[in-house]
Amino acid sequence: MAEPILELVEVSASYGKIKALKEISLKVYPGEIVAMIGANGAGKSTTLMAICGIVPVQAGTIVYAGTPITTISAERLPVMGLCQVPEGRRIFPRLSVKENLILGGFYRTDKSAIDADIERVFSYFPVLKERLNQQGGTLSGGEQQILAIGRALMSRPKLLLLDEPSLGLAPMIVQKIFDIISEINTQEGVTILLVEQNANLALQASSRGYVLETGAVTMADTADALLANPKIRAAYLGE
Amino acid sequence: MIRELRKIWKSCFIGLLWFLALLWPMTGINSDGTLTFARPLEIWLIVVVAAVVIMLIYSANKSGMLAPFTRPVQTAAGGLAGQAARLPIWVWLLVALGLAMFYPVIFTSRPAHDVAINVLIYISLGLGLNIVIGLAGMLDLGYIAFYGVGAYTYALLNVYLGFSFWTALPFAALFAAIAGCIIGYPTLRMRGDYLAIVTLAFGEIVRLILNNWMELTNGPNGVLGIDRPTMLVPTFDDGFGFEVISLRKLYMLYYVALALAVFTMLCVYRLNYSRIGRAWEAIREDETAAELMGVNTFLLKLLAYAMGAVFAGLAGAFFAGRMKFVSPESFTFLESAMVLCMVVLGGMASIPGIILGAAALVLMQEWFREFETYRMLVFGGCMVLMMLFRPAGLIPARRMGRRSEDDE
Ligand SMILES: Nc1ncnc2c1ncn2[C@@H]1O[C@H](COP(=O)(O)OP(=O)(O)OP(=O)(O)O)[C@@H](O)[C@H]1O
Ligand SMILES: [Mg+2]
Repeated sequence: MAEPILELVEVSASYGKIKALKEISLKVYPGEIVAMIGANGAGKSTTLMAICGIVPVQAGTIVYAGTPITTISAERLPVMGLCQVPEGRRIFPRLSVKENLILGGFYRTDKSAIDADIERVFSYFPVLKERLNQQGGTLSGGEQQILAIGRALMSRPKLLLLDEPSLGLAPMIVQKIFDIISEINTQEGVTILLVEQNANLALQASSRGYVLETGAVTMADTADALLANPKIRAAYLGE
Repeated sequence: MIRELRKIWKSCFIGLLWFLALLWPMTGINSDGTLTFARPLEIWLIVVVAAVVIMLIYSANKSGMLAPFTRPVQTAAGGLAGQAARLPIWVWLLVALGLAMFYPVIFTSRPAHDVAINVLIYISLGLGLNIVIGLAGMLDLGYIAFYGVGAYTYALLNVYLGFSFWTALPFAALFAAIAGCIIGYPTLRMRGDYLAIVTLAFGEIVRLILNNWMELTNGPNGVLGIDRPTMLVPTFDDGFGFEVISLRKLYMLYYVALALAVFTMLCVYRLNYSRIGRAWEAIREDETAAELMGVNTFLLKLLAYAMGAVFAGLAGAFFAGRMKFVSPESFTFLESAMVLCMVVLGGMASIPGIILGAAALVLMQEWFREFETYRMLVFGGCMVLMMLFRPAGLIPARRMGRRSEDDE
């Protein structure tokens, strides 16, 4: 395979005395969808925040597209094509839908290209167009998730980190969001690292998967193999 | 319906009892230690009667008994508002500017000019503080320190080095901005309550420095003999030339204050609706998310402090020039609190709201002078009422994608 677009080598991080990540290693290759599953508190969100430079890395290295980004500050990553849709959406509640989208491409200054990209986001998510001037916080949960993904797309990411896009959404909407994730992956060639509680859906959408337990990677395999693994089925698929 | 009313009457009754409990210690304990009951009771009875009357009207209105009177008024008001809304915004701006221009002609008394200048200074301060609080969402309780830095910059440059008002003005802005960065830098990691405490402390530190640095600032006695702002006036005495005159008359200073306030308004408006303003609002809404979207939160928060300080510094320089005297007493925490109240009462992040808030608070302070010792009590009561009835401020910021519509 080609060079990985993202590589974590024995990354550790902690919150005060609590060790949240213990020497995590993982690779994501260009064009893939990779799932990361694990119980509550396993350290999935922390991993994504460490990649994005929000949680400081104590040991280990993170390499993105050939560049070490372990110590790069968070705001420089969108320019390099790395963007995250954080857990719980975290849109800007009192800003309008349009302002939220514009902020997604904050580093960009070319107005016509931004407008073109807003149109492109609307083609994926027509519902946002109707809500253009509505405050983000007054959207429904599903619409907010859609807005959060649209906002991240505005930065023209090469690698998109998605943290629990299905959180608190009805099964119908979840299915729709996963369809869109696949579409973004195939049509735009965006590589995706997907964190999910819904292991079944996540692994079905992905080519490979990692299993996190109490801050460490305990399993890494193809998605099909993980889906067939009896331990995984017992622990994460509720069988 | 009946249940609802009973509930309201009950809370009114409890509120009045609570008010009595609050009122007595404030008015019933004399300074020589004796106690009086007649006076608080008298005040309380007046309030009770007023409250009962208001409640009766309110209940009558709720149960629809006043409909024959209120309906025509409502339709008339609605019609007026509809007509007003149809006028384009620039008409309103022109009217406001015209009124402001002719204010000294309409009101010629000295106190009227004094009050107007105060209002204009507080508008500048309120709008500056709004950048920090309303846009970037950082609670700053020491904001008045920058006003002090600006005032002392002009005072000292003028008294020691003979700088004129206009040459000192950029320095006042610059030093205030530097002070903003120095104070802002260590506080940037803090949020919410902690930030408030630290800025409060920094504000006091600045005041204490001004108070104790005897050799430079003359300590609590203040700096005396500061020059008034000057102005170049063309003369035709011998050939064409310019003459420097000192703005002695109060109405001339009014125009300088007006220019300062308008300048601040324009700047804040431009900032508000710019990329930077949007980034500030993103930081206010969710700092981590803003960072994830590529907003340099560190730089932008520092910039918010510096920009807010600039306007306070300009206002401070003007204040020094107008008073011809500065002392640390003008820069106490109470002043910070007052500016903060203007921003909150007027409406966070709303420029017209803050203008109205500044005017309302300055005027309220003037009017309540008659109440002497109870001035602050009445003042506080008014603020409670204002917050009860307009929790988002007198003129809440019109968010709802206002900026997006502007883009189109
Ligand atoms: N800001 C924080 N301060 C202290 N501890 C934290 C903080 N954030 C997370 N933790 C701890 O770090 C561990 C990993 O948390 P993390 O949010 O990464 O879990 P997660 O795998 O995303 O869980 P979930 O599926 O519930 O979102 C948990 O034990 C959590 O309590
Ligand atoms: Mg999580």
